Amino acid sequence: MTPAPLGRRPKLLEMQGVDKTFNGTVVALRRMALTVNAGDFISLLGPSGCGKSTALRLIAGLSHPTAGRIVWEGGQQQGDLAVVFQEPTLMPWATVAENVWLPLRLRGKSYASVEGDVIEALRLVGLERFLRAYPRELSGGMKMRVSIARALVTRPRLILMDEPFAALDEITRHRLNTDLLEMKARIGCTVIFVTHSVFESVFLSDRIVVMAARPGRVIRELTVDEAYPRGEAFRTSPEYAAHCRAASAALHEAMGEAA
Amino acid sequence: MTILHEGAAAVPVDAEELRRARQRRVERVARWVLPVAVLALGVLVWDRVVAWNDIPHYVLPSPGRVMRTLVADWPLLFDALLVTLQITMMALAVAVIGGVGLAILFTQSKWAEMSFYPYAVILQVTPVVSIAPLIFIYVESRTVGLLLCAWIVAFFPILANTTLGLNSADHNLRDMFRIYGATRWQRLRYLQLPSALPYFLGGLRIAGGLSLIGAVVAEYVAGTGGIGSGLAFRILEAGYRLNIPRMFAALLLIAASGVVIFAGLSFLSYMLLRKWHESALKRET
Repeated sequence: MTPAPLGRRPKLLEMQGVDKTFNGTVVALRRMALTVNAGDFISLLGPSGCGKSTALRLIAGLSHPTAGRIVWEGGQQQGDLAVVFQEPTLMPWATVAENVWLPLRLRGKSYASVEGDVIEALRLVGLERFLRAYPRELSGGMKMRVSIARALVTRPRLILMDEPFAALDEITRHRLNTDLLEMKARIGCTVIFVTHSVFESVFLSDRIVVMAARPGRVIRELTVDEAYPRGEAFRTSPEYAAHCRAASAALHEAMGEAA
Repeated sequence: MTILHEGAAAVPVDAEELRRARQRRVERVARWVLPVAVLALGVLVWDRVVAWNDIPHYVLPSPGRVMRTLVADWPLLFDALLVTLQITMMALAVAVIGGVGLAILFTQSKWAEMSFYPYAVILQVTPVVSIAPLIFIYVESRTVGLLLCAWIVAFFPILANTTLGLNSADHNLRDMFRIYGATRWQRLRYLQLPSALPYFLGGLRIAGGLSLIGAVVAEYVAGTGGIGSGLAFRILEAGYRLNIPRMFAALLLIAASGVVIFAGLSFLSYMLLRKWHESALKRET
């Protein structure tokens, strides 16, 4: 499913002047405004402590804004979102299939009734042959794929990803980047992706939100208006290099302001 | 840049690996042979000391005499063993129910934990020998009294370990359960209980030994009043009659029971965790 061109996508949610303060003193986020449209692939790019993970937790509803609000278009429904953490966060006592089943199980669905969905989600990440394996038997990259399959199994409107590939080696990361774009295209969801990496953000997203630290805030938004699907060829294209330079400059600006 | 191609001509198993394999084999045999050798040596020395010094059997019986007594007194001792084991097992069962139940209550309600945890600790640190006489004064039924004593000793490690386990579920998984709108019960059932299982099993192994100790100690206290039929009572009784060989035979049975309980619970733990938990996994070096 190819999303509508940027600027013609329906709004999914909006962060309106969101502040988040911890213990009354640490300002994690100040006046954050962000409109997320259906089909966007947004990267939150910035140095440590810029509040990108905090923003994600706020959108996930795991934490509440100190001020401002987060408004979902048409109201948020259960199952509208899924989260992928930096760690694969699998249950070690459960098989791959049981791990992917979890979100549906929590909605009271028996395994038999959703087995097709579980297998389909695992097929999307290329692990349909590992249903009965335990997480410990898988490599780091495969565990992350299971984690992504678990996020996909409910067919959420929005997937929040908090540096999911940061702990993986470069080769695996590139593979997963490519595969992630393919999965997104297939199920047509919206992704908000937190990362430290300029290259990853440019390769994956069509919008890059650059954030600065102390206090955490948005300083710039860039668009990467390049067509999907993007394959390995995109990584070596002059357009890619140009976007990387722009994002790098914005990131330096963010770090400079923080220093 | 040159790339060295090894492996094609390399010997599949090198000397170091062979040495390591040999060492592993030796260690595997030694693990069984050494303790058995120590036992044999100990028994031999014991036997010789008794024989060479003509020590009378009412002071120190020879190992042979202990074994003969064990066989001769088997009906009496076996009945006593059953009584002690029954109390032990019941105490362990009640400790599991009580320990896990309280642990679940504590993790579901901070208030309950704040209110009761200190008293669980106090109960644990007070020696059961000092509580037991009171229990036997107030509790009419002897069995219930014994059970209560053994339970007091055994339940704490289960409570403490299970509480720790229930609270140590991965925080990201907790967040995920929240995002998916899990109920309290679902979180307990699918996240906290499985997370707590290895901790619980660790506590269970300790509690198995403790419930035997609790049962024996309680029998001693009850036995001094002239009532009882368990192994500890038989030891007391044999002591009064200077039947030292029987004391040894009964002691042997108690020790053997303790070992069997520990081994059984270790095996249970291994079976439940072997698929996924670090403690039960075999690793390559």
